[in-house]
Amino acid sequence: MKGLAAILVVGAALAVVPLLGVSNVTLNFLVVALMTALAGQGWNILGGYGGQYSFGHAAFFGTGAYITAVLQVRYGVNAWIAFGLGIAGGALVAAIVGGLTFRSGLRGSYFALVTLAFAEVLRISASVAPITGAGVGTLVRLDLHVAALQFHSRAAFYWTILAQVVIALIVTRLIERSRFGVWLVAVRENEDAAIALGVNATAIKFHAMVISGAITASAGCFYVQYFLFIDSGLAYGTWISIEALLTPIIGGVGTVFGPLIGALVVRGLGEGAQMMTGEAPGLDLVVYGCVLVLIIGFAPRGLMGGLAQWRSRLMRPALFAKVDHG
Amino acid sequence: MAEPLLAVERVSRRFGGLLAVNDVSLTAQEGRITALIGPNGAGKTTLFALISGFLRPSRGAIRYCGTDVTNEPPHRLARRGIARTFQVVQPFAELTVRENILVGAHLRHPARKAAIASAEHVGRELGLGAMLDQPADTLTVAGRKRLELAKALATEPKLLLLDEVLAGLNPSEIRDIVPVIRGLCWRGITIVMIEHVMQAVMSLAEYVFVLAEGRLIADGMPAQVAANPTVVEAYLGHGAASKLGGARAN
Repeated sequence: MKGLAAILVVGAALAVVPLLGVSNVTLNFLVVALMTALAGQGWNILGGYGGQYSFGHAAFFGTGAYITAVLQVRYGVNAWIAFGLGIAGGALVAAIVGGLTFRSGLRGSYFALVTLAFAEVLRISASVAPITGAGVGTLVRLDLHVAALQFHSRAAFYWTILAQVVIALIVTRLIERSRFGVWLVAVRENEDAAIALGVNATAIKFHAMVISGAITASAGCFYVQYFLFIDSGLAYGTWISIEALLTPIIGGVGTVFGPLIGALVVRGLGEGAQMMTGEAPGLDLVVYGCVLVLIIGFAPRGLMGGLAQWRSRLMRPALFAKVDHG
Repeated sequence: MAEPLLAVERVSRRFGGLLAVNDVSLTAQEGRITALIGPNGAGKTTLFALISGFLRPSRGAIRYCGTDVTNEPPHRLARRGIARTFQVVQPFAELTVRENILVGAHLRHPARKAAIASAEHVGRELGLGAMLDQPADTLTVAGRKRLELAKALATEPKLLLLDEVLAGLNPSEIRDIVPVIRGLCWRGITIVMIEHVMQAVMSLAEYVFVLAEGRLIADGMPAQVAANPTVVEAYLGHGAASKLGGARAN
């Protein structure tokens, strides 16, 4: 299949990067970019394909992160198992949020606000609950063994997050080509029309939410293993909710590669702006903001969408020729 | 007579103080075209929404294939074989014609290959073959009406509810699509249609129900209904029938 082949080519190309002798700084940049991409890939399933714009994907990222950390630190659970349970926990939170919001028929901005509220409730709860370490946060003990899902080399971390991203790319592609995906897009385009054709819109959105939550949670699980620290602001803060929706929107909502491209661009811009402006505090954010405005202004459907538009403009003369002959 | 495929039994629907559908009963016989006519605001589209499950009746029951389907959600009714088109067409605007029809085709064909084949087949059948790769929002009004029909047809329905598929079409486009609708009926699909284009109702429908102000005011063969004074007055106003009758007598 063409789509899957493209994913494997991109994955292989990215996999050789650490072998090219890049610096640790660059590798660190790429690890964080890939982690952001993964959070965005989760958002993209629900928001990009399903049209349900969540402002609270931190709820899933944070849950994945906390479960991975707390199970290891307080209950001595193996890191790999904790990682898996973290993903399951994210899916469970998504099922609860999705069940409540979709069952009660919340759409559009109401849905966005309720997801934001859920993330905030979790953030505040985590900042006072003893089990999460409350305001102090939770520190995972340094234990550089594969069994503890910690690695000596940054490259190994890089390959771990890359593998997660590639799996998420494949999942996205499989959804795109399945009945579930066709119906999910139909719900995005016109919910009533989809229902009239036999689509159980509530169930479709619910399942998309669960998959979405699981993928974004897996980014949170990785975060903990990489930084070995989590607190309520990092786990459930609005920063990750925004990054999760910004990367697909910049890269192209409802496209397989949108979040990955978006994450590299957004993260690259952030770093570039900082390098350009040097010491002046906050100036990098101004540059960053301006470029974002330009991208959204000129390619409202993201970079992938802009590319498709540009390509169809080139193909249009051919289309007219076909019509004339017909 | 055999049991009708669809039986609406004394159904009412209230919106606050407005009784949009008031104690209406009607039936649709299997394999036939039944028309539902009436002036604007008579409650025709509301009645369709009740039959297809988008609205719940305040009172009364709806039976389909001999089972009570009152209060079933619309997606489940679609699975049972009831498909509807919308008066204001509802395409999936950003998708191509093929992808639009595919949404409906997936209902009976879970596998992608079979669903695409079925969607393309339905598209060609409705004269959309050349436009399968075109985005739905680039279609003409007539094209959109055909697409609306194609989507519903792709779900392989037993009962098809057509809400003004001819509205907004010019006479030659109507001439093109009338045989398509008749062809569906010959294939064994039972059709209930809301229509304002009387010429089409007269040539297509075998039985007509007339709705005015939420009530059923007449039913019968098309010719009978058209000659019914109550029906004429519902459309043209009180006293119109006698004036017309007088004019004819002169």
